[in-house]
Amino acid sequence: MELQITWFVLWGVLWGVYFMLDGFVLGVGILHNFLGRNEAEKRVLINTVGPVWDGNEVWLITAGGATFAAFPGTYALMFSYLYTPLLLLLFALIIRGVSFEFRGKMPGKWWKKGWDSAILLGSFLPALLFGVAFGNIFSGLPMDGAGYHGSFLSLLNPYGLLTGLLFLLLFVEHGALYISVKTVGDLRSRAHLLADSLWPFLLLAAAAFLVYTRYATKLYDNFFNLPFLLALPLAAVVALASIRLFSAQGKLLHAFAASSLTILLVVAIGVTGLFPNLIPSTLDPLSSLTIYNTSSSPYTLKIMTVVALVFVPVVIAYKIWVYRVFRGVVTAEEVLQDEQAY
Amino acid sequence: MDVVILSRLQFAVTSMFHFIFVPLTLGLSLMVAWMETRYLRTGNEQYLRMTKFWGKLFLINFALGVVTGITLEFQFGMNWAEYSRYVGDIFGAPLAIEATVAFFIESVFIGVWIFGWNKVSKRVHALSIWLVALATNLSALWILLANGWMQHPVGYVLRNGRAEMVDFLAMVTNPYGLLKFAHTLLGGYTVAAFFVLGISAYHLLKKNETDFFKRSFGMAAKFGLFSTLLLLLVGDFHVVEVAKTQPAKFAAMESVWETRTNVGFNVLLIPDAVNESNLYEKFCIPGMVSYLAFHTTDGEVKGLKSFPRDERPPVAPVFFSFRLMVALGLFFVLASLLAVVIATRGTLEANPLFLKLLLYSIPLPYIANQLGWIVAEVGRQPWIVYGVMKTSDGVSRSISVSQVLGSLIGFTLLYTLLGFIDIFLLVKFARKGPDNDLTSIIKPAGREV
Ligand code: HDD
Ligand code: HEM
Ligand code: HEM
Repeated sequence: MELQITWFVLWGVLWGVYFMLDGFVLGVGILHNFLGRNEAEKRVLINTVGPVWDGNEVWLITAGGATFAAFPGTYALMFSYLYTPLLLLLFALIIRGVSFEFRGKMPGKWWKKGWDSAILLGSFLPALLFGVAFGNIFSGLPMDGAGYHGSFLSLLNPYGLLTGLLFLLLFVEHGALYISVKTVGDLRSRAHLLADSLWPFLLLAAAAFLVYTRYATKLYDNFFNLPFLLALPLAAVVALASIRLFSAQGKLLHAFAASSLTILLVVAIGVTGLFPNLIPSTLDPLSSLTIYNTSSSPYTLKIMTVVALVFVPVVIAYKIWVYRVFRGVVTAEEVLQDEQAY
Repeated sequence: MDVVILSRLQFAVTSMFHFIFVPLTLGLSLMVAWMETRYLRTGNEQYLRMTKFWGKLFLINFALGVVTGITLEFQFGMNWAEYSRYVGDIFGAPLAIEATVAFFIESVFIGVWIFGWNKVSKRVHALSIWLVALATNLSALWILLANGWMQHPVGYVLRNGRAEMVDFLAMVTNPYGLLKFAHTLLGGYTVAAFFVLGISAYHLLKKNETDFFKRSFGMAAKFGLFSTLLLLLVGDFHVVEVAKTQPAKFAAMESVWETRTNVGFNVLLIPDAVNESNLYEKFCIPGMVSYLAFHTTDGEVKGLKSFPRDERPPVAPVFFSFRLMVALGLFFVLASLLAVVIATRGTLEANPLFLKLLLYSIPLPYIANQLGWIVAEVGRQPWIVYGVMKTSDGVSRSISVSQVLGSLIGFTLLYTLLGFIDIFLLVKFARKGPDNDLTSIIKPAGREV
């Protein structure tokens, strides 16, 4: 029993870390067309995420792989039920990845324009789709013993769309703050300004989400049963507020840390509310996919636990090292000189 | 058209597309690491230029390998939900381990390698490409152990309405999977060796940067000879393992219909699945098929007729793919042997015809790799997990024909477009040759540590 809970926690952590890390890459991808006023600025923006985007995306692959290994029943049904949105997500992530690599390989204006639009599409779509998908997971899917009764359109319900909007705003805010930490001069001030003007909308979306969640989902049940858990939504509100507070004092790195924390807490709220479900059923509680009825055998979970305990700390260690290696700001001179930069 | 056929087609399209880029990544990462190490050891800037030039081609190729991999990771759940549910207890583990132990290293250190020329010491920089190479090879280990398990399931019991793992060690030491690992790696090294040989030959023919491309040629020739010799050796063991564990596949590979000992090998042969016999046989080498299967001529080969019709794989694609793969393998050994000989003698320019042959041979190892997968995967049909689960039982129940048709068309269009752009860029940069401008390269190349 404990192993299933361990893996449930790990599952939540993997998604949370993924959103925290790829969130700013997606945000930068959405913003680079608008914030970058010329070729040099656009390249600076892309190169702020250049060394880290692939490593961040691997958290998604790991989250997928962990779902497969620990909860194969959920992996199977979740991925096949959400076929169409996942497909769009895949196309978007494929396009984004190659765009980073190919954009700088030819000089032409149209070549660059084309890849710029591809980066925008490949970043905007995942940000929105992840939100829609998780909104629907929070509220549950229409499934019973006979299978799945929803469609792509039924996923685009008001709550799903609101969660999509929330994710989108969170990631754009997160990306703007990242840019303001990683660049200098004019670009930095524009990104900073954008983060500040976006923040009220983010606040509005977050408030709407927290209220609507009460009506569209059963997430709060767990919180009311164990009131100390209410510390999570409370902390999320504080983190969200401190983004603006730090930003007003010009402490941008702190503001970025606060937006990272906000993302982690939003995921934590959702996952805590879901427990012990991974995907609740809206039709029949007995058909919900839970950590008990879809998990792997204790033997497999034990092996995977050992693997995770040994390797995840190592991964975290060298990831921290890499962020330290690339900790400085990215400047136009530096990018223009480096023939291997994106 | 039903969901099963379409999903199979989609799996074939997406995995074979992934496997256009994967083999070069496996081999070229090692070669680039070797070049950078030589630079570190000798201080000779020619090796630095080589690292940069071949490294650039490596990165263009790498990008598509990465993005097409995500599709495969998701696809098991999207299209093969019943399969994933039934064997996920075993099959999910290597996939998750692959991501945790290999993909992280690969993706993090490729960033260090691309962007870190001025940020880390020379040693750490070279170390990062070695880590990338190591991790790509390690990722192949896990996915091939997973695939090896589908080919020859071990260490499991059927329980609770699914297959459950009872012996992780058995899966990790599954000889089928390990042979697959060795064989596929060496297949990838062969691709890389002929890629470097072919592009070097092109420039040598044009008398362009002769010193640079002679060095590249020499390294690739040695790497190629080493890889192809081992490849044949491992392939030979692979055949024995297949004959032992998947007799129906082996019978299809050699198009053997009757169960007999001392089965001969027909150099020319055309199978005829309808009449359960061979349409044409010529130049028989007595006992050879039995020998290949069991390393003794009086081994008994099970013929296709001893399997019910619905448990036989399609014979012609398996048979022809296998023949062609083996023939290509023999050609690669000869070609790389010759390449080593003329490279050590220093008579490269005196053999323009051979150089031309090498240039046009670049696609051949790619083809051999694809053929190998056809043998392995089509030859396993109708099983998705050999002897445990039929492919048709593995497909997702909730998806519709229109969904899969839509995604298949989408993947085909997107992949075709990306494939063309990638090949266009590879050709462009391969023809352009190395950069002359050493200033941007040697630039404060890191602190000495
Ligand atoms: C023999 C080797 C081999 C085989 C059979 C496969 N792959 Fe692969 N894969 C690699 C060897 C590889 C690689 C060489 O390690 C790649 C290519 C480029 C790269 O970054 O890693 C890779 C990339 C790659 C990625 C992207 C990693 C990243 O973002 O850095 C994923 C998610 C997968 N693969 C998943 C799969 C799945 C689910 C497969 C089976 C159906 C599969 N691969 C077959
Ligand atoms: C990347 C290299 C690979 C290539 C080129 C490849 C090729 C193929 C081909 C051609 C088919 C279609 C067979 C048919 O429809 O008759 C197929 C099917 C399949 N293969 Fe592979 N394969 C690869 C790797 C793998 C790996 C590593 C796995 C498992 C981990 C795997 C699992 C499957 C599955 C699930 C199917 C679908 C069912 C089927 O039609 O057989 N493949 N593959
Ligand atoms: C004498 C030469 C060769 C022999 C005897 C041989 C043998 C085999 C056998 C028996 C299989 C099927 C394994 C299975 O069913 O699972 C296979 C698969 C494969 N072969 Fe070869 N092979 C040879 C040459 C080559 C060459 C030259 C390449 C590529 C450069 C290559 C690449 C592959 C690949 C990628 C696979 C699929 C993965 C696997 O099953 O290992 N092979 N080979």
